[in-house]
Amino acid sequence: MAKMNMLQAINDALDIAMAANDRVLCFGEDVGIFGGVFRATSNLQQKYGKDRCFNTPLVEQGIIGFANGLASQGSFPVAEIQFADYIFPAFDQIVNESAKFRYRSGNLFNVGGLTIRAPYGGGIAGGLYHSQSPEAYFAHTPGLKIVVPRNPHQAKGLLLASINDPNPTLFFEPKRLYRASTGEVPEGEYQLPIGEAEVLKEGSDVTVLGWGAQMEVIDKAVEMAEKEGISCEVIDLRTILPWDVETVAESVLKTGRLVITHEAPLTGGFAGEIAATIQERCFLYLESPIARVTGMDTPFPLVLEKEHFPNHLKVYEAIRESAEF
Amino acid sequence: MTTTKSKTVCTPVFTDGAEFRIPTFKLLKQDGSLYKGGKAPDIDKEKALRIYNAMVTTRVLDERMLGAQRQGRLSFYMQCTGEEASIIGSTAALDDADMIMAQYREQGALAYRGFTIDEFMNQLFGNEKDYGKGRQMPVHYGSKKLNYMTISSPLATQIPQATGYAYGQKMAGDGHCTVVYFGEGAASEGDFHAGLNMAAVHRVPAIFICRNNGYAISTPAVEQFAADGIAPRGFGYKMDTIRVDGNDILAVYQATEAARKLAVEENRPVLIEAMTYRLAAHSSSDDPSGYRSKDEEAVWREKDPILRMQNWLTRKKWWSEAEEKELQERLRREVLETMKQAQKLPPPALETLVTDVYDEVPPLLNAQFEKLKAHIRKYPDEYPKSAAHAEGGA
Repeated sequence: MAKMNMLQAINDALDIAMAANDRVLCFGEDVGIFGGVFRATSNLQQKYGKDRCFNTPLVEQGIIGFANGLASQGSFPVAEIQFADYIFPAFDQIVNESAKFRYRSGNLFNVGGLTIRAPYGGGIAGGLYHSQSPEAYFAHTPGLKIVVPRNPHQAKGLLLASINDPNPTLFFEPKRLYRASTGEVPEGEYQLPIGEAEVLKEGSDVTVLGWGAQMEVIDKAVEMAEKEGISCEVIDLRTILPWDVETVAESVLKTGRLVITHEAPLTGGFAGEIAATIQERCFLYLESPIARVTGMDTPFPLVLEKEHFPNHLKVYEAIRESAEF
Repeated sequence: MTTTKSKTVCTPVFTDGAEFRIPTFKLLKQDGSLYKGGKAPDIDKEKALRIYNAMVTTRVLDERMLGAQRQGRLSFYMQCTGEEASIIGSTAALDDADMIMAQYREQGALAYRGFTIDEFMNQLFGNEKDYGKGRQMPVHYGSKKLNYMTISSPLATQIPQATGYAYGQKMAGDGHCTVVYFGEGAASEGDFHAGLNMAAVHRVPAIFICRNNGYAISTPAVEQFAADGIAPRGFGYKMDTIRVDGNDILAVYQATEAARKLAVEENRPVLIEAMTYRLAAHSSSDDPSGYRSKDEEAVWREKDPILRMQNWLTRKKWWSEAEEKELQERLRREVLETMKQAQKLPPPALETLVTDVYDEVPPLLNAQFEKLKAHIRKYPDEYPKSAAHAEGGA
C-alpha cells in the first residue's frame, strides 16, 4: 500500500494499463509531455512514447471520433476531455456513435475498449464552465457505462476496470478531490466492480445515497445526524449506468427512508430516476418521501457557489426531515 | 512552436486562395477513348471485369430495389446511380483488407468486395439473417469479413473515426489503410474538420474521399460552400489533395492507387474530391423534380460512368454486347429470386431487442424484457412478429 492522492492513483492506473497492454493509448488536450492540465497523465509520454500518449488538436468531437475509430479497430483508447463542461461538442460521437456501435452492427463491431476520462464537479471556483456534473445527460443513453469514483483507492480500481470493461465507459473524476483526497492505495493491478454500489456504513433509519465528491459531503452530514441519534446507512452508487437497483432497494426496504444527493441541478438529475425506481420497488415500506439534495436549477454560479452547492448542512437537514417526517 | 513560415509584408495583403486553382484529373472520355497524353492504369482484364461486374450489379440492384420500395415491399431505399465509378473505382484500388468507412451510398464498394445479393437482401428486409439483426433502416450494411464498417445515419461521424482507425493500423504496422467516403454536404459538418486535421497532425494512413455529387438532398453545392469545392480545404490541413473526374473509372482508380501508396508507405493522409452527380433522388423519400431540372439531369446522364467503362472495355475487346445482355439478365433474375427468398425469412428473434446494447444484458434491462414478454403473451395477436419468441421466459 502507498499513500496517494486521487491524481496519483489515476496516473498509477494509467501507467499499469499501458504497461500491461501495448494497445492502451492515452490522448487528449495537453496530455502529452505536459501530463494534462491536472497532471493525470504525467510521465506517460516519457515512459511509453509519443505514439501512445499524445496531445491532440483542440477538438473534443475529434478526440472522441478518433477514439471511437481506434476502439473499433481493437485498441483501448483512454481519451481525456479536459473538463466535463467541454464534453458537449463530442455529445454526438458519444451518444450516437460510442453507445450504439455494437447494437447497430449486430455485434459485428464494437468500441468496448473505449474509456473517456473527464474531471467533473464544482467547489474549485470554476464558475459556469469548470464545474458541471453532466452524468444525467449520458445516463439517458443505453450502451454507455458511467463510473464515478469517490477516493484514490476507488479511482484506481474503477479506472482499471473501466479500461478493461468490454463496453464504452465514461469515467467522471471529481476534480475537487484530485489533490484533496488522499488515502492508502494498493500497489499493482486491481479492479473494482462496475455496476455495483457499495454500502459504506450500515444503519437503520435513513439510507443516504450519493457518488463521487458528494460522498465526503455525506460523511459530514451523517456525522451530524448520528450525533442526534439518527442511524444512517451510507451507499456510494459508484456506477451511474447501469446502476445497482438491488443494493439501493435492499437498503431502503430496511430503513424506509432515502436521501439522494448530487451536484447537478434537480430537474432531470439522476436522483429523479433513482427516486422513481425505488418508490416502485419499496412503495409500501417508505416512511417518508424520497428526498433529493442537489444543485439548484441554475447554471453553476461563481461567487454564490457555496449557496448553490448541496453541502453537508443541506444534506443533514434532509436526513433530519426524512427521519422526523 | 509554430508551423507557420511566413515572409513579412508591409501593406495589408489579403488572399482568398484564388491563385490555387485545383485541376481535375481525367483519363477516360465518354466514348471509351483516352484523353491525349493519358495512360490507363495497370488493370488487367480480370480486374477490369470484376470492377465492371460490381458496377452493373449495383445499378441493377438499385433499379430493382427502388422498384420494390415503390411497390411497398421495402420501407426505404437509396440508390448510388451515377456515382458507381467514384465508389467502385476507388475501392478497386485498395487492398481488400483495407478498412472502408462509408456514408450510406457506397453499396458498390460492398458489391466489389463480394457481398452477395443474398447479403444485401437480408439487410434490406431486416430478416433473421441480417448481420445487423434488423435494427437499422435499409442500406445500413456492414461486413466484418469484408472490412466494411456498419453504416451509421449521422453524417460525417465516420470521418474522425476513420482517422482513429487508421492510427490503430499505423500502430499495428500491418500495412493497411482506412478509406472513408462522404458527400460534399457532410463535409460541412464539424467532424469533417476534426477528422482531416487530426489525420494530418497525427500522420495516419487514411484516404478521405468526397463524393461531390452536387446535392445534399435538395441543397445544391453552391448553397453548401462558397469555395471551389472541397479540395481547397486540403491545403488548410497540409494534406495531399487531388480532384478527379468521379465518373471516370480509370482516373478514380489511378488517383486512389497513388493515394494509397502515400498513405501506407509514408503515412500521408490524402483528400480526394471526386466530381460526380447523384443521378437518382437522395432516397426513396425524395423527389428531385422540386429542385432541379430534367435538362440538368440529362447532361449528366450523358456522362454515365458505367457506359463510359463499357465503351472502354468494348474498345479493348474485353466485353461484348452478348456478354452485357447475359450479365444484365442474370443479375435481374438473381435479384428478383433472392428478394423473394429474403422476404420470406422470419424477423430476428425478440431477444435481439435487448442484446448488444452492452456485451451482456444488464439486470434492469432484463427486467424490462421479462415484462415485455409477459405483455406479449397476454396480447399475442397484436405482436405477430414476436409472439412465438415470447413463449416460455420468466
